[in-house]
Amino acid sequence: MYLARVIGRVVTTQRVAGLEGVPLQWIQPLDELGQPAGRALVACAVVSSGPGDLVHFVDGREGALACPQPFVPVDAAILGFVEQAVAGDERIARAE
Amino acid sequence: MFLAEVLGTVVSPVQHPVLDGERLLLLRVLLPDGRPAGKTRIAIDRARAGVGERVLVVDEGNSGRQLVARADAPVKTVVVGIVDYIELEGRLAYDARA
Repeated sequence: MYLARVIGRVVTTQRVAGLEGVPLQWIQPLDELGQPAGRALVACAVVSSGPGDLVHFVDGREGALACPQPFVPVDAAILGFVEQAVAGDERIARAE
Repeated sequence: MFLAEVLGTVVSPVQHPVLDGERLLLLRVLLPDGRPAGKTRIAIDRARAGVGERVLVVDEGNSGRQLVARADAPVKTVVVGIVDYIELEGRLAYDARA
């Protein structure tokens, strides 16, 4: 699992069967200081979240398991809304 | 499995039900010699690890599901041990016992 920030959303009306109604969010993975790390990606939002929110997500086959129907072609899913992540004296929280 | 250092905790009040009651840790992935390697991770804590400790982390779906005892759990990154020491090429690369 990884830490990320929601930076946008993707809307697709026509999509693969089984993914109806699952929101898709653009997320930017973060490093231990809360700074962007690596490429942004699209993830299914199993837990509701909006732009600026801090979240944690899982990649690979487990992303699909988090979806309402588990046998779907999905490789990333937001599993939780993060209130804060604490690393030593560093506190990563939602952008105000 | 890989080696990591526990940086801190992740507080997630709203999350997938399979994670309810689990402690989430923020991890820095390490090479055996202690140098950082790769992306910052979040893992379920099943070893009662503390901040600053070096831990052993499994990152594989079947293992994760076995640990939370649910066949459909979207879980794969789990802290499964606290490292006492690491021996590398005949010498101690890390020792937490001192």
